[in-house]
Amino acid sequence: MNTEGRPLSPHLTIYRWPISMILSILHRITGVAMSVGLIVFVLWLAAIAFDQASYESLQSTLASVPGRVLLLGWCFAFFLHLANGVRHLIWDTGRLFEKHQADTSAWIVLVAAVLLTAAYWLTIGG
Amino acid sequence: MSLRSPLSRVLGAGSAKEGTDHWWLQRVTAVALVLLGAWFLLALFSIDSWTRAELAAWVGRPSHAVMLLLLSVTLARHSALGVEVVIEDYVHGAGLKVAALILSKFAHVFLGVLAILAILKVALGVTS
Repeated sequence: MNTEGRPLSPHLTIYRWPISMILSILHRITGVAMSVGLIVFVLWLAAIAFDQASYESLQSTLASVPGRVLLLGWCFAFFLHLANGVRHLIWDTGRLFEKHQADTSAWIVLVAAVLLTAAYWLTIGG
Repeated sequence: MSLRSPLSRVLGAGSAKEGTDHWWLQRVTAVALVLLGAWFLLALFSIDSWTRAELAAWVGRPSHAVMLLLLSVTLARHSALGVEVVIEDYVHGAGLKVAALILSKFAHVFLGVLAILAILKVALGVTS
C-alpha cells in the first residue's frame, strides 16, 4: 500500500503555538537534555573515583565558557522540568485542567524556572 | 460477548501486560527526584574548592554517598522511562525504533552501574 504523498492534516507549522504547547515540548526537550547531562554527571562521579587526569580535563572543560553555558542550560532545564513536573503531578490528581488554568500554570512554571535558575546560579557563584 | 477471560479482566494489565507500571513508576521516581534533586543542589553549596580530593571527601561522607546512590539510580530509571517514550514517539521504522530502545536501555543501566561503582569506591575508601 502506497503511503507516500498523501495529503496531511494541518500540522505544527500551521498553528500559532499556545503557551501550553510550548511548555509541553519544552518538558520533553529539557528531559532529553538532562538525560545527556546524566552522562556528564556519571562521568564526573567516575572521574572523582577513578582518575585524576580525567577529573582535571572534565573540570577545566566545565569551567570554560562553553562548559558554563552548558551547566547554565542544565540548571534551567532542571528547574523547568521540576516546575512543569509538579504541574503534571497536580494534573494527575484531576485538578487545574481548564484551559485558562493550564495557560496560567504554564506562565507560572516558565517564570518560576527563570527566577529559580537566576537565583541558584547567582548564589552558587556561576 | 467479551473474549477477555475473567483472569485478564481482574488483572487489568491490558494488551501490553504491564498495566500502569510505566506511568506509575514515572510518577514515583519524579516525586523522589524532587527531593533528591533539591538535596543535590543544596549539597553543592558545601563544596569549597572543586579539587578531586575535596570532592572525594564530599562524595565519601556517608550521608552524601547514600543520597548520591539514590539520586543516580532514580535519575537513571526516570531518564530511561522518559527517553523510552520519546523514542517511541519520534523514531519511526520498526528496526530503528527497537534498536534505539535497546541502546537506550543498555546505556541507562550502564550509567547506573558506573555511578554505583564510583560512589561505593569513594565511600568505602578503596584505593586505586
